Amino acid sequence: MTNEEIKAKVIGILASVVPELEPAELAADKSLRDQLDIDSVDFLNFVVGLSKTFGIEIAETDYRHLYTLDACVAYLAAHATA
Amino acid sequence: MTDFLMPKLGADMTQGRLIEWFKKPGERIVRGEVIAVVETDKANVDVESWVAGTLQKILVAPGGDWLPVGTPLAVIEPEAGAAAEAPPSFAAPPVAAAPKPAPPVVTPAVPAGPGAPVPAPPIPEPVSAPVAPGERVPVSPIARKRAAALGLDAATIRGTGPGGRITLDDVERASRERPAPVAPAVAAPAADKRQRMRDAIAAAMARSKREIPHYYLGTTIDLSKALAWLAEANAKLPVAERLLAGVLLIKAAALALREVPELNGFWIDGRAQRSEAIHAGVAISLRGGGLVAPAIHGADKLALPELMQRVTDLVARARAGSLKSSEMTDPTITITSLGERGVEAVYGVIYPPQLALVGFGKVVERPWAVDGAVGVRPVVTATLSGDHRATDGHRGALYLDALDRLLQAPDKL
Repeated sequence: MTNEEIKAKVIGILASVVPELEPAELAADKSLRDQLDIDSVDFLNFVVGLSKTFGIEIAETDYRHLYTLDACVAYLAAHATA
Repeated sequence: MTDFLMPKLGADMTQGRLIEWFKKPGERIVRGEVIAVVETDKANVDVESWVAGTLQKILVAPGGDWLPVGTPLAVIEPEAGAAAEAPPSFAAPPVAAAPKPAPPVVTPAVPAGPGAPVPAPPIPEPVSAPVAPGERVPVSPIARKRAAALGLDAATIRGTGPGGRITLDDVERASRERPAPVAPAVAAPAADKRQRMRDAIAAAMARSKREIPHYYLGTTIDLSKALAWLAEANAKLPVAERLLAGVLLIKAAALALREVPELNGFWIDGRAQRSEAIHAGVAISLRGGGLVAPAIHGADKLALPELMQRVTDLVARARAGSLKSSEMTDPTITITSLGERGVEAVYGVIYPPQLALVGFGKVVERPWAVDGAVGVRPVVTATLSGDHRATDGHRGALYLDALDRLLQAPDKL
């Protein structure tokens, strides 16, 4: 899977958590929480979506690698097998 | 005969709009069954019947005007021997500006014109609706929300999902295929909806500050044991089953009420009325502004995994605008957490007619002295807003003390 494909999937999962998401307005290097006003329940739903879509278990201690879109793509590129 | 009235789904509700009936005349109603959807200023609410019986007559068609709380919507013939249990009481002093319940109004599905509601003939059966009226249409929350935004009646949309479930695509298709422009009264622009929610919150909060003499207490609680326990528990769990720290706080807040029950209940008719059951109203902020605080029933009795599941479900449904009437009317206390956005303490405004509100701020690391030695600990500021008519600061202090003690033994939560 290329980084672009990973990014598209991550945005798809974000859109399911934040229905009003405008992908074009999302800054890839800025905090998702700050940009999308997501809370801990939303963030957990996002991580559950990533885990299902990419077929990996994501440890709680790794959540800090998922705070921006760029960071998510890098983390998933390194860990995803699917 | 019993009139099924426009329910009061919370202290801040003065009016509602009937969106959908799940029953038609002649059909049986089981007590607690969802029989209609009512739009409030805050959400589309599944309204449960408080009486078992048979639906005799529908008085108000779906999609009509906003009607005051107390307006008869339908007539129910109660089952023999089935006493109609009164819905949870919000009979506390009404908001000053609340309109008086209006005489029965039969509203046409499409009003004739602004300010000119005309009495309609008996409700016509919807023509060529794919789903018979009264049948519960399976519809995903997101599709329901979108349909409401577009002013579409879910019952008229053909579902193509599993089991005829209406999907988002079905709603979009129905919107494209809709021949005529929507009647102005049917589609509520988002800006109007936001304004109505602000108005509802304004009314409830102004009433709270006008009538309730608040006292405020705060204490800082060491969360190192609770968070260490949580990290260890979560390390063994798949992502979808992990617990959020907020769930520990809700459980502890609910359990602590068992020790200080005077804080749990309502102020009605000049008296505090304690509630045996502990229904935690969880404040959930909505995207685009506003908030709701629906109840998690019996929160003190739920095991943490179940409580977690209830919280995520409630948040999802609150944001999709799909809550149940009992969830809106039942909370015996409100729990709010503003820690997500970085503030360390929240001194909340009590939601009338409740007696108290518990607030949690952000979990922060602070120097903390234990047995004469200073270390760094994660701590949270817990606050209590209490109604001074019902309790005094001393009881409130005992409550926060119990909360602290419970959070020091997370394995027992």
